[in-house]
Amino acid sequence: MTAFDEMSAAPAGNGVRPPYQAYKRWLDAVPADLLARRRLEADLLFRRLGITFAVYGEGGDTERLIPFDMVPRILAAKEWRRLRRGLKQRVRALNAFLHDVYHEQAILKSGTIPADLILRNTQYTAAMRGIAVAGDIYTHIAGIDVVRTAEDQFYVLEDNCRTPSGVSYMLENREAMMRLFPDLFVAVRVAPVGHYPDALLQTLRENAPAGCPGEPTVALLTPGVYNSAYFEHVFLAEQMGIELVEGSDLVVKDDVVYMRMVGGLKRVDVIYRRLDDAFLDPYAFRKDSMIGVPGLFGAYKAGNVTLANAVGTGVADDKSIYPYVPDMIRFYLGEEPLLANVPTYVLRRQEDLEYTLDHLDELVVKEVHGSGGYGMLVGPKATKEEIAAFRGRIMADPAAYIAQPTLALSTCPTFVGEGIAPRHVDLRPFVLCGRAMRVVPGGLTRVALREGSLVVNSSQGGGTKDTWVLEDDAAQDIAAGEDD
Amino acid sequence: MLSRAADNLYWMTRYVERAEAMARILDVAQRMSLQRNAGLAGKSDEWEAALIIAGCDKAFAIRRGRVTRRAVIDFLAFAPDNPSSINACLRAARENARAMRAQITTETWESINAAWLELQGLTLAKVDADGPQAFFDWVCERSHLFRGVAEGTMPRGDAYNFMRLGTLLERADSTARILDVKYHILLPSLGEVGGAIDYYQWGALLRSVSALRIYRQIYRDAILPRRVAELLVLRADFPRSLHACFEGIFSILQRLRGHYRRDYPSVRLAEGMLMKLRYGDIEAIFDVGLHEFLTAAIDGNIELGAAIARDFMQPA
Repeated sequence: MTAFDEMSAAPAGNGVRPPYQAYKRWLDAVPADLLARRRLEADLLFRRLGITFAVYGEGGDTERLIPFDMVPRILAAKEWRRLRRGLKQRVRALNAFLHDVYHEQAILKSGTIPADLILRNTQYTAAMRGIAVAGDIYTHIAGIDVVRTAEDQFYVLEDNCRTPSGVSYMLENREAMMRLFPDLFVAVRVAPVGHYPDALLQTLRENAPAGCPGEPTVALLTPGVYNSAYFEHVFLAEQMGIELVEGSDLVVKDDVVYMRMVGGLKRVDVIYRRLDDAFLDPYAFRKDSMIGVPGLFGAYKAGNVTLANAVGTGVADDKSIYPYVPDMIRFYLGEEPLLANVPTYVLRRQEDLEYTLDHLDELVVKEVHGSGGYGMLVGPKATKEEIAAFRGRIMADPAAYIAQPTLALSTCPTFVGEGIAPRHVDLRPFVLCGRAMRVVPGGLTRVALREGSLVVNSSQGGGTKDTWVLEDDAAQDIAAGEDD
Repeated sequence: MLSRAADNLYWMTRYVERAEAMARILDVAQRMSLQRNAGLAGKSDEWEAALIIAGCDKAFAIRRGRVTRRAVIDFLAFAPDNPSSINACLRAARENARAMRAQITTETWESINAAWLELQGLTLAKVDADGPQAFFDWVCERSHLFRGVAEGTMPRGDAYNFMRLGTLLERADSTARILDVKYHILLPSLGEVGGAIDYYQWGALLRSVSALRIYRQIYRDAILPRRVAELLVLRADFPRSLHACFEGIFSILQRLRGHYRRDYPSVRLAEGMLMKLRYGDIEAIFDVGLHEFLTAAIDGNIELGAAIARDFMQPA
């Protein structure tokens, strides 16, 4: 399977695609030993940043030092505008869906999505039924994973509507690139991403409860130092200039949330929580949660505090719901989806089940509630025995599975060993929803460093790249990310 | 600032100061043990005294038993099962710093982290081989460096204030303890004051709080217990004296009171203690009894620490 290359457009072409031309000219002119030197510098830089950050996780440096690749992943302004429109449309629909399933349930009544798929979903949080949230926004920060297979073919691989992480890499990678190659940024007009923390803070403030008087107080709630994303929590809280709180720093009195400060209790209006629903409040959810805030959900229900993201958003990004997102877009917005889903076989449907069982050796089969690659069959890489075993599991409970063709993810030139070679990439842009929707031009590009590998996860040899969105002459809108 | 952050920073500096105090206690014991050969042996064993000053004598008796030089150095410097050992203090300081990484400057974090990492490469055998004094000096230097880095890089806000409070409270506590124990345990009797043993022991005590030269500069006279007590308790210009510590503590608390516009019990408590030191008189203190005075000061410190915690670190 030959993949589309983001720089050369191979296999279709063999030139240099326009967004990469300025970079390629620079790359061809730059002496090889300078690149080698910069690679060493980059290592040192990240080790230093890494050490600064890695001290949090008990796992130490290794956990944090996700390899950074110096070749940027570049998108033209017009590609980005197209992506951005699609992302906003998708997240608008996901928010409408979340509001609907916790209120009127029109989409279920219309039969567009089977009611039992939602109501019996473990991610459906009955406690959220009928609860009003500020601005009817549920997923304030969404990370949408996008892959590309051809010049004009982008697919959404996955929606992340709960507590998507990785944005700190987007910011740090840019910092590193600007430090390593200042001349490149003179030669190429790259849209800035450094204002993401400001955009995030503004978004969070815009989502303050309706009755909030004056400037809303925002805090970031972290599970604590042992969480693997703790460095990102520290980083974002610092960049936004807000308090980084743990559960024990918050106290709820008469359905109002306060932080324990040295000057006394201070009311909190918006909580950017990086804590899973189950641990938020031992009174409402898991009783054994030591990291939550007793009474928090009560304050939330009373409308005295905004949680970002809202409780119960997992029902929108569940794998079993994913195949229906295009239908959601049509149902709520009356529009055709601008970004396609990966074609997905829903095995609760008889015809999809039959097709899948006939083509197991070509397909990727995923368990709908599984995550992180558990309960997954990668047909082309599986042995006959594995396929046979998986067939048994599917037949026992077809509704628990979906299947997708294996996609030829696009590749991007990447430093490997002694030279530069194509490696597969994906992209996670972050969509912010307040009174306006904002998408900072860029995102997290993950790259599978092993030759031929399609797995970009950092636990499996994945690295990251800086993501460039080029500015064109009509670029005003790009940095603002607020048009359309 | 979050109360938890204030609490962590306050304890971070307390632990660093405590590690330094441990090193000073061990240093003086080591010096005194070397002077025995000169025929100046005191009636009390200096290693026993080190344990008492450190407040670790009971724990040592239970966990180790026989008092030997090596066992005491090990217990006070390295023992992971002694929460007051230099090792345990630096670990606790680093843990607090790590949790508060966002509140302190990179330089401050690196200073404590480097000290901790370096300590992990040391063992009693290595320290003994290089001469333990070098190790005690190293601990004190690291503590000075840590404070200096914080002083030179931290913005003057809540974080800095609570760090200073921790340092000063711990220092006041350690000075009071050193003086109290020396005076009542080490000294043979007041009648022998002025003798050779006395000279070396008081000299060692002054040295242990970096005060020997200061004493000489100020008094230009023989080392007399009352003057030592005066220097360590009442002199505002000696930075480890109770008076100097309380001037600092009170001024920080006053600043916090001004900033938050609240009436804090801890501020009044500190003020009362400061007044006794500011207007105190060494003769009057000796009339009542130095031990009684120091015991009251140590209890007062504990009470003040609890009041600060109630006022700032555990607001209802």
